[in-house]
Amino acid sequence: MPDFEPKIVAFVCTWCTYAGADLAGTSRMQYPPNVRVLKFPCTGRIDPVFILRAFQKGADGVLVSGCHPGDCHYMAGNFHARRRFAAFRALLDFVGVDLNRLQFSWVSAAEGGKWVEVVTELTERVRTMGPMPEFKELEHEELWSTFAGAAGGKSAVLNSPELKEAYDSIG
Amino acid sequence: MSRIGVFVCHCGENISRTVDVERVAKAAGEIPGVAFSCDYKYMCSDPGQSLLKKAVAEHKLDGVLVAACSPRMHEKTFRKATESAGLNPYLCEMANIREHCSWVHEDREKATEKATDIVKLMVERVRKGKSLAPITVPVTKRALVIGGGIAGIQAALDIADAGHRVVLVERDPSIGGHMAQLSETFPTLDCSQCIMTPKMVDVANHPNITLYTYAEIEKVDGYIGNFQVTVKHKARSVDQSKCTGCGVCMTKCPKKKIPNEFDQGHGMRPAIYVPFPQAVPNTPVIDRENCTMFQSGKCGVCAKVCGPGAVDYEQQDSFTVEDVGAIVVATGFKLYTIDRKPDDSPIQGYGEFGYGTIPDVIDGLTFERLASASGPTGGKILRPSDGKEPKQVVFIQCVGSRAREKGISYCSKVCCMYTAKHTMLYHHKVHDGQAYVFFMDARTPGKGYDEFWRRAVEEEEAVYIRGMVSRMYQKGDKIVVMGSDIQVGVQVEIEADLVVLATAVQAQDGADLLAQKLGISYDKYNFYSEAHAKLKPVECATAGIYLAGACQGPKDIPDTVSQASAAAAKVMTLFAKDQLERDPVVAKVNEKYCVGCFACKKVCAYGAIEEKEIRDRQGNLVKKVAYVNPGVCGGCGTCQATCPSKSIELDGYTDEQIMAMIESL
Repeated sequence: MPDFEPKIVAFVCTWCTYAGADLAGTSRMQYPPNVRVLKFPCTGRIDPVFILRAFQKGADGVLVSGCHPGDCHYMAGNFHARRRFAAFRALLDFVGVDLNRLQFSWVSAAEGGKWVEVVTELTERVRTMGPMPEFKELEHEELWSTFAGAAGGKSAVLNSPELKEAYDSIG
Repeated sequence: MSRIGVFVCHCGENISRTVDVERVAKAAGEIPGVAFSCDYKYMCSDPGQSLLKKAVAEHKLDGVLVAACSPRMHEKTFRKATESAGLNPYLCEMANIREHCSWVHEDREKATEKATDIVKLMVERVRKGKSLAPITVPVTKRALVIGGGIAGIQAALDIADAGHRVVLVERDPSIGGHMAQLSETFPTLDCSQCIMTPKMVDVANHPNITLYTYAEIEKVDGYIGNFQVTVKHKARSVDQSKCTGCGVCMTKCPKKKIPNEFDQGHGMRPAIYVPFPQAVPNTPVIDRENCTMFQSGKCGVCAKVCGPGAVDYEQQDSFTVEDVGAIVVATGFKLYTIDRKPDDSPIQGYGEFGYGTIPDVIDGLTFERLASASGPTGGKILRPSDGKEPKQVVFIQCVGSRAREKGISYCSKVCCMYTAKHTMLYHHKVHDGQAYVFFMDARTPGKGYDEFWRRAVEEEEAVYIRGMVSRMYQKGDKIVVMGSDIQVGVQVEIEADLVVLATAVQAQDGADLLAQKLGISYDKYNFYSEAHAKLKPVECATAGIYLAGACQGPKDIPDTVSQASAAAAKVMTLFAKDQLERDPVVAKVNEKYCVGCFACKKVCAYGAIEEKEIRDRQGNLVKKVAYVNPGVCGGCGTCQATCPSKSIELDGYTDEQIMAMIESL
């Protein structure tokens, strides 16, 4: 898959990693343009549901990054995040997502270089892994069943191959 | 349907060089709900801001997105402009297409695509954004200064002179820091103590300054304007309120041969001591590890001879909580040592220099003490091993500094100048001596600095050899220094009597631990990070905390004093208002859905969540719900991610906003 450009979504905290990414910018470092950054006050704010949703919405890899342990601007938010994601990773593994697609890291405001490293590494790793269709299909199914369910339970009628084909062509 | 305005900035050429801004603006205009989009050369300029205001009025915009630099740079600017256009400032957001896009990518096509995506993402955030009202909190007009070196002293005096109360906390028994150790200072050769000690006395006598020495910061709670700092007062074993500072205890103490830290271990002090004669406060402390009374329970001489009965062997560490509105961090530096470092340390020692085993290889601060009139040799340059006057002295610069392979890549900034000063002091005191300096470059930017350095070379006859030393070893009572002169291209071998190493300036021990207590960031060398390298050099990213001196990076005295005064000015600016407006990014509880499980309360690091009772008209308890005290809430949002019923929300980062952003991917 030579032309595959993975979509990487990064959930970062505003104090450390966002600032670290800013530093990479002011230092004019270069890294792959595949990453889209969503800023949070703290990694503690990041609900695992966001990660699932990102995978559903087209992300091939997700990065969660915040302050180093002990350096949290909000004192303990990153500890809560760390604990949450330790559990979440196990869950994700259970449902069959390759954990190599999810990276959790600490990048401080002074580590522009580390930000570049982490983003480059994840992008290249996901590039070799190829796209991740499972969750996107899952969403597809979910919409399909909602659509079918909304029609008053007459799913047997509505769930015809023609309609599915029509639906697929939209999706 | 929303009416959002998107303003794409060229930032001169900083953005437009790699991002096709016109295409981004055009794509933004096609996003549903975007009523207006344009691009402009400098959005932050006055005409740029006017453009924004005009567009808000003309197109009846209800949200603003500026695609430009990092929000850390100009969010305030554009929120202000939005506010003056009649919109709530929190309806303005920034899409970071400079630091996160144009500066880090070269491919114009891909960078433009990314910038468009960033704009799309942020449009969703604006669309789901809400008007927020700033929260006002009272300001405690009392400052805490951590560190009693010249930086802390200057900051404390400036704030106190402005009429505000200051608490100055120093870890050592006396204030003064490293500057009190210096002999004479470049480029004027002022006696350091002569200019330093009057300031120390001013601190002690100032009615607005509370001085705590031999004390450390235990814990920091609160936020800008309202910090609660727990200070640990280490047991001095001497009651400060009773001690008159007569010094009889010190002269009578039977244990007198303890290396004095103030003299870099070269002078001796008793177990009950003040670090140096001009110490402030002039109250001794007992070094319990070396005191016979504490080690064997037998002695008690100092208590017997103390007239006022100030010696108290039973004294314990005590704690006080100080309410302050601002904090100045001025913890200074320490010198790198050449000894072997732990194997897992990123910093390496200098095995080739003998791992600090040759007694006559000393560092710059030790030389300062040897040259100081109040030092262990009374100001005579005598070498530590046999007390002889050295006739050949080799100074080596950049020991540890600018040596990536040894773990430190930065320049320590002060060594070129102080080495030049050392050669002068040496020449003034040992007229027939010869000073050699091994150096990589002579870096002398500063007023009168280069003239000073030239004087050392041209008038004071120091021989400067450009090159580094590869090896040093003891031969008889000489130290053979082997190096290279790269200008002439020959190997040099000097038999020296004394070698002085200009070792690197490093952050103080425990600087990282203090930063963690304060919630401020630091770099990989443990130097504290300023909020912006150029425009916010004394502020921390954490509001209400300011930096002064070498704790932020190597600095000489004039720079340190300037930064300390600047930090003090920032504190005074904060204290000029009675009320402080703070960011309204705080959590709110939806009482309808809250089931009162208080999972949020368990994860809240601020203790901002309280239990609130909901009662019906008859006064019967219906249920207990969580309530967030907006003054205390830090705004991290950990509660929201934890809440099982999703009934607590962080303003500015609601689930709706974030989900909409993810949907746009």
